Amino acid sequence: MADGGTVLQLREVSKTYPGHTAVDNLSLEVPRGAFFSLVGPSGCGKTTTLRMIAGFDLPTSGAVLLNGKDIANLRPYERNVTTVFQSYALFPHLTARQNVEFGLRRRGARELDGPVKKVIELLQLAGKESRKPAQLSGGEKQRVALARALVVEPEILLLDEPLSALDPRLRLHVREELKSLQRRVGITFLMVTHDQEEALSLSDGLAVMHRGRMEQMGTPRELYANPATRFVASFLGLVNWMGGMGVRPEAMHLDNAPDGMPYRAAVIRSVTFLGNCIHVNVDLGDGVTAICEAPRDDKSYTPGQQTTVWWRPADEIRLPEDAL
Amino acid sequence: MKRIRALFLMPSAVLLGVFFAVPLIIIASYSLLTRGPYGGVAQPWTMENYLRLADPLYFTILLRSLVWAVAATLICIVMGVPLALFISRTGKRRNLYLALIVIPFWTSFLVRTYAWMFLLRDTGLINSGLLWLGVIQEPLPLLYNAFAVMLGLVTGYLPFLVLPVYATLERIDKSLVEAAADLGSRPLSTMFRVVIPLAMPGIRAGGVLVFVSCLGAYLTPDLMGGGKTIMIGNLIQNQFTSSRDWPFGAALSLLMMVAVTLMLLPVLRRKEEGLS
Amino acid sequence: MRNGRLLSLYAVVAYSLLHVPLVVLSVFSFNASRTTRWEGFTLDWYRAAFQDSQLLEGTANSLWIAVAATVLSTVIGTLCSYGLWKRGSGWISGSLYLSMVTPEVVMGVALLALFQWMFRFLHLQLGMHTVILAHVMFSIAYVVTVVSARLRTFDATLEEAAMDLGATEWQAFLRVTLPQLWPAIVSAGLLAFITSFDDYVITSLVAGVDSETLPMVIYAMARKGFSPAINAVSTLIVMSLGFLILISDRLERRS
Repeated sequence: MADGGTVLQLREVSKTYPGHTAVDNLSLEVPRGAFFSLVGPSGCGKTTTLRMIAGFDLPTSGAVLLNGKDIANLRPYERNVTTVFQSYALFPHLTARQNVEFGLRRRGARELDGPVKKVIELLQLAGKESRKPAQLSGGEKQRVALARALVVEPEILLLDEPLSALDPRLRLHVREELKSLQRRVGITFLMVTHDQEEALSLSDGLAVMHRGRMEQMGTPRELYANPATRFVASFLGLVNWMGGMGVRPEAMHLDNAPDGMPYRAAVIRSVTFLGNCIHVNVDLGDGVTAICEAPRDDKSYTPGQQTTVWWRPADEIRLPEDAL
Repeated sequence: MKRIRALFLMPSAVLLGVFFAVPLIIIASYSLLTRGPYGGVAQPWTMENYLRLADPLYFTILLRSLVWAVAATLICIVMGVPLALFISRTGKRRNLYLALIVIPFWTSFLVRTYAWMFLLRDTGLINSGLLWLGVIQEPLPLLYNAFAVMLGLVTGYLPFLVLPVYATLERIDKSLVEAAADLGSRPLSTMFRVVIPLAMPGIRAGGVLVFVSCLGAYLTPDLMGGGKTIMIGNLIQNQFTSSRDWPFGAALSLLMMVAVTLMLLPVLRRKEEGLS
Repeated sequence: MRNGRLLSLYAVVAYSLLHVPLVVLSVFSFNASRTTRWEGFTLDWYRAAFQDSQLLEGTANSLWIAVAATVLSTVIGTLCSYGLWKRGSGWISGSLYLSMVTPEVVMGVALLALFQWMFRFLHLQLGMHTVILAHVMFSIAYVVTVVSARLRTFDATLEEAAMDLGATEWQAFLRVTLPQLWPAIVSAGLLAFITSFDDYVITSLVAGVDSETLPMVIYAMARKGFSPAINAVSTLIVMSLGFLILISDRLERRS
């Protein structure tokens, strides 16, 4: 995907408010054509970062480079970046089509029909053009918000928690559509989300933020398998920490260890049914507990049972920060 | 961004400055001057106008205004709270009942006052009806007295109390009433122990509005009181028209302004927090 | 449930106190007799009112003053609400609130003092212009209250979205914010019109010889005695203002 260099670069960007630092010395590079995510818990500074890229907030210091040009202090309407808002922010007094035309008209575009028709088809909005936002379903509203932002062909499209306003049962489906839409239009998407599963499944690259700082940047696989910090490791999924290293529940096996594999003696505490699998909670002694993922039809675990847990050395998470 | 905001606020800031702040400053300085030979104001500076407030002739009027305003406020609370309760329980038709409060409130205070006069006068519907029924032999003196003024004030400013109280009643979580019932409280005791305490902010805000309006009343005492100088509002108007004693009128105005502002400070502070 | 019925009974009494005087007034404006004995239906008093030159002139003055004051206060008040919505100003919102609760007599005499003081430097007299200025002053607070209430529920991200799509601040205000404020602005304008058309106390203090308004004419007539013609005019005022209030209320609810 990422084949055209860097479209957006943040260089040592900070945003401070009186008595509080929202973003702290953040540097970031987003490859052209990628689906990139900023992920972290609420209050980590990811939304502020997005707002600084869009131009709603100005950085206290640092540079925001769009195609190498510093746009940090430009007004929102002076930068070719558009946003899909969390609440969609569709203009309630305009029809779906007028919402889509809004950006083209502000840019003084000569031709409206061609580009509008193209995005309406792309987002399967045909027949809904003359509806007001109040007459659209949640999914349709989101598609209008996407069409409105894409029709002006921005250098980069910002998405603020794009799936959070949707019905949970719809989310999985829309997630797939969002990914394929990004592939088809080829425009760089920068998504902000607090949902690690969303970020892992959608992104070509992602950056994990914590307390206004960048924790780690890389591909989903790299970050999941080789987290640089304890925070990244735990934020992207469960980890059983044992001394200086960790093992994820799905890599932790519950039977006699094959020769040469590391293992620990364990006592089963309880079993939790999760639908698609079960989590077996075990006690490893010295106050250390761990969770092992097992197939859901496995009924051989009973509390109090003595057993061993083992894992492959390749699945061990060893943190550079702890090695020091 | 900042420039646009300044541009938008400019006209009202200028208007408030020139036609609200400056006039009050003028009034404040006039109150410290002497009455001129042909009306108007003249040197020297003096505290005389404030000392005259203690004169029994004027002090009686000030005291009467205060007592009447307090009485009207209390009557409005006693009458208004049940009315607000009634509206909050009318379900689907509450918009109609609200409109029936709001419409007379906004339609001409002068006309409403005149309508009372038309009804209460010696040959009005009430007196002629009672005479016809033989209940009375001669007309009751219903108009041009304290009773008429009180009736005018209470019916004139009752909506000021009903609307805020209704607004707070609307916001009360219905489950609190259910919880009280669940814990064994009877409806009437729920009313006095749960609903009315929760409606206190509205009662307080509405009460202050009624009190301030009654204290500054002019038309009601003027028309229904029979044109005698009976409340502070009439006294002020009088100083600026027939008596031509502007400095004393200014002192009275400033006194009233200070009283109103002090009364409203708590409400004002809450309002500002809400606006910012 | 006994309590409920008692409450309803009380409500009937309370509503009567608010409405019966006006109803009686209107009914007797159609009475053929000058007394409170009903002697048949007539429109004579309306005819008389429409031929009374003082009433007509007063109405014309009141309309002209109310229209001018409404336009000015609605524009200034709307701009003010928007400015305050962007960032609050304790001074301005505090002054507006204070202006709304200042006793009318006090505001009237203060404005009278201001105008008389200004006329020492300007060769002007009390007249329509002073009445209009006074009315703009006291109706602004009502306009700001209504429009600000609407803005409080207005989603600020809509303006961000407009700018994000290339609209300048001014375009975002004109094309996104303003269209959604319209019902509230009209509602506020109607309230300003009503308060201006209705005012007696302040108007009587700052009016000149050529600017007698309808309330001033009615007041003078009411002081002199009762006349069915006043009933007729009052009925018309209550009807038309009541109608405007209903529209304003409906618009405010919609927005």
